[in-house]
Amino acid sequence: MSTPTGHIDAAGKKMGMWFFLFTEILFFGGMFLLYSIYRYKYAQDFHNAAAEENIVLGTVNTAILLTSSFCIALSISAVRRGERFFSSWLQLVTIVMGIAFLVIKYFEWMAKIDIGIYPDSPVLLKMAGGEIIFFGLYYVMTGLHGLHVLVGCVVIAFMMRFTLKQTIHRGNVARLENTGLYWHFVDIVWIYLYPLFYLIT
Amino acid sequence: MNDQPREMHIVPTRTYAAVWLVLLILLAATLAVARLQLLARYSVLGSLLIATVKAGLVLAFFMHLMYEGRFLKSLLLLTLSALMLFIGLTFVDVWYR
Repeated sequence: MSTPTGHIDAAGKKMGMWFFLFTEILFFGGMFLLYSIYRYKYAQDFHNAAAEENIVLGTVNTAILLTSSFCIALSISAVRRGERFFSSWLQLVTIVMGIAFLVIKYFEWMAKIDIGIYPDSPVLLKMAGGEIIFFGLYYVMTGLHGLHVLVGCVVIAFMMRFTLKQTIHRGNVARLENTGLYWHFVDIVWIYLYPLFYLIT
Repeated sequence: MNDQPREMHIVPTRTYAAVWLVLLILLAATLAVARLQLLARYSVLGSLLIATVKAGLVLAFFMHLMYEGRFLKSLLLLTLSALMLFIGLTFVDVWYR
C-alpha cells in the first residue's frame, strides 16, 4: 500500500511475508515430525520402501528447483536494474521449470499407481506397517509440496504481468521479492524431502 | 524514498551464479554419499547435514537473510527452535514411554 506521501513500506511487506513463511515452516514441520518418529520406529520398512523411489527423477527434480530459484533471484536483480523484459523472461523460465517439476512428479506418481501403490490400495495394504506409512507420508508430503509449486507458478505468472505493465518497477519490487521468498521456501522444503524419500535407503 | 528506495543493494549476478553452482555440487555430493555408501552408518546424518548446508545457502543468499537485520534473523531462529523443541520433546516421549 502506498500512503498519501508516496512512501512504500517495503520493510513491512517483507516482514509480513516472513511471518507467513514461519507458519509454513511449522505446517511442513508437523509432517517432518511424523516422518522422523515413524522412521525411527520402522527403520527397516522405511529402508525397504525407499528403494521403490526413482532416484534419477528425484535428482533431476532437485536440480530443476535449485535452478529455478537461481532464475527468480536473478529476475529480482534485473527489475532493480530496470531491465523489465529480461526480468519477465527469467520469471517465465522459472514458471516453465516449476511446470517441468510437476510433470516429472506426475510420471513418478503414475509409475507408483501403475504398480498398485496408492493410498488404501490392495497392494499397499498387504505391505508391512512401516511401508504403508512411508508411502502415505510420501503422497501427503510431495502432494502438498507440489500444490505449493503450482500456487507459486500461478503467482509468478501474475508477477510477470505486473512487471510487463510496470506496476512492479525498480522503486516497487516488494511483490516480486515476496514471491521470490515463497519460491525459495518451497525449494528448501524440497531440499529436505529429496534425501528423506529418495536417498535414505 | 521516492526514487531511491532503501535496501537497493543489488546482489551481483556472479554471487548468485556461484551459489547456484555450489548448490549443484552439493546435490552431486549428497547423491554420491548416498549411492556409494561413503559414510556407511552415518549416511542419514550426512545427507541431512548436506541438505542443511544447501538450505542455509538458499536462505543466506537467495532469500537475502545475510543482508537482513538481527530482528528477522532472531524470529527465524525462534521458529526453527520451536520446531526443534516439538520434534525433540516428541522423541523424548517415544523413547521413555
